[in-house]
Amino acid sequence: MSHNKSEISEQTVLMIAVRDNQDREAFGALFDHFAPRLKGFIMRTGCSAPQAEEIVQDVMLTVWRKASMFDPHRAQVSAWIYQIARNRHIDIVRKESRPVPEELAEDPGAEPDASQILAVEQEAGKLKAALSSLRPEQRDMIEKAYLGELTHQEISDQTGLPLGTIKSRIRLGLERLRHELKGLRE
Amino acid sequence: MTAITHHIPDDILAAYAAGSLPHHYAVAVASHVSLCTQCRASLEAHQTMGGALLETTEAVAVSGNMKADLLAQLDAPAKPEPVYSRRGIYPGPVVAALKGQGPAWKSLGMGVRQSILSQDKHGSVRLLYIPGGQAVPDHGHNGLEMTLVLQGSFSDETGRFGVGDIEIANEDLEHTPIADPGDPCICLAATDAPLRFNALVPRLLQPLFRI
Ligand SMILES: [Zn+2]
Ligand SMILES: [Zn+2]
Repeated sequence: MSHNKSEISEQTVLMIAVRDNQDREAFGALFDHFAPRLKGFIMRTGCSAPQAEEIVQDVMLTVWRKASMFDPHRAQVSAWIYQIARNRHIDIVRKESRPVPEELAEDPGAEPDASQILAVEQEAGKLKAALSSLRPEQRDMIEKAYLGELTHQEISDQTGLPLGTIKSRIRLGLERLRHELKGLRE
Repeated sequence: MTAITHHIPDDILAAYAAGSLPHHYAVAVASHVSLCTQCRASLEAHQTMGGALLETTEAVAVSGNMKADLLAQLDAPAKPEPVYSRRGIYPGPVVAALKGQGPAWKSLGMGVRQSILSQDKHGSVRLLYIPGGQAVPDHGHNGLEMTLVLQGSFSDETGRFGVGDIEIANEDLEHTPIADPGDPCICLAATDAPLRFNALVPRLLQPLFRI
């Protein structure tokens, strides 16, 4: 690989090793990092500990099996796992299969673009920093929204609240993502 | 293809990312995102937000045997999941809702047809086929309605909607969408309560057509 791995986050490097080499050790390290966070995250929706572990198990197995779809130019490992977790949670708890968009696959031979990967990571880092500067009740509200515990109407009612900083961060991230996606399609 | 000008608002994309959007709307959102790079980028930004929350959430230790159990499962053959890709004018999520079959059109009269993809007491998602120049049957909504154009175009009091455009209307909108002259307009319509078609089919017959 041509990029300098030391500049790219450990998790992204691990996930690329899982994707490209079915690297079990790397997968084990991702499990150590994400499984306890996923368990905590899922338990916040009211799932019992055993039920949460069942979902975590399922999510991590999906991460292994769908590793070929991971694209670090577009998503952080955490964002990719978040989406898998929401989808699997709904599939398992509601027993219905969630409609998902068509997948965009990268050209198999495409060289990784380290600057784009880093740009995505930096945006996500700013987002995390903005989240950590929120008051606990603000963070709690946003967490509820992204855990699927607020209805669409409730989310609408809440927008514009403490989200100013975060929204501008998202917008910046969006511009880059959008640019990247246009490049993929055309 | 002309550029998409009517998109999905951010709050609905956030609700979709979080999985709190009812199934019928999720079909419409996933279908639009399949056609629209702008909304896909927005959705991926919301997923980044979800990932940042996951990263910074309080970790809860997992059972000691969990990792070994999981590693032992990695080589087990996975049951292949069906992948539904785009077919003609129908994006993947519509093909998935049709379970890979073609639409089962039922006539509503005046050349208008519908094919119900799924329906329950919470709402429905269906395909509508409207001949050029024909109005979408006069209807009211009890709640939110999402209409995604897959072929042709329609216009109503709020503007013109071409392929890939999605109209998001709430119950307050009294509108009369009319298919533009030319190709028949085919669209995907999701509602959270059965559409009430007023003029075309007498109310008594509506249960028969499952409207
Ligand atoms: Zn869009
Ligand atoms: Zn309407």
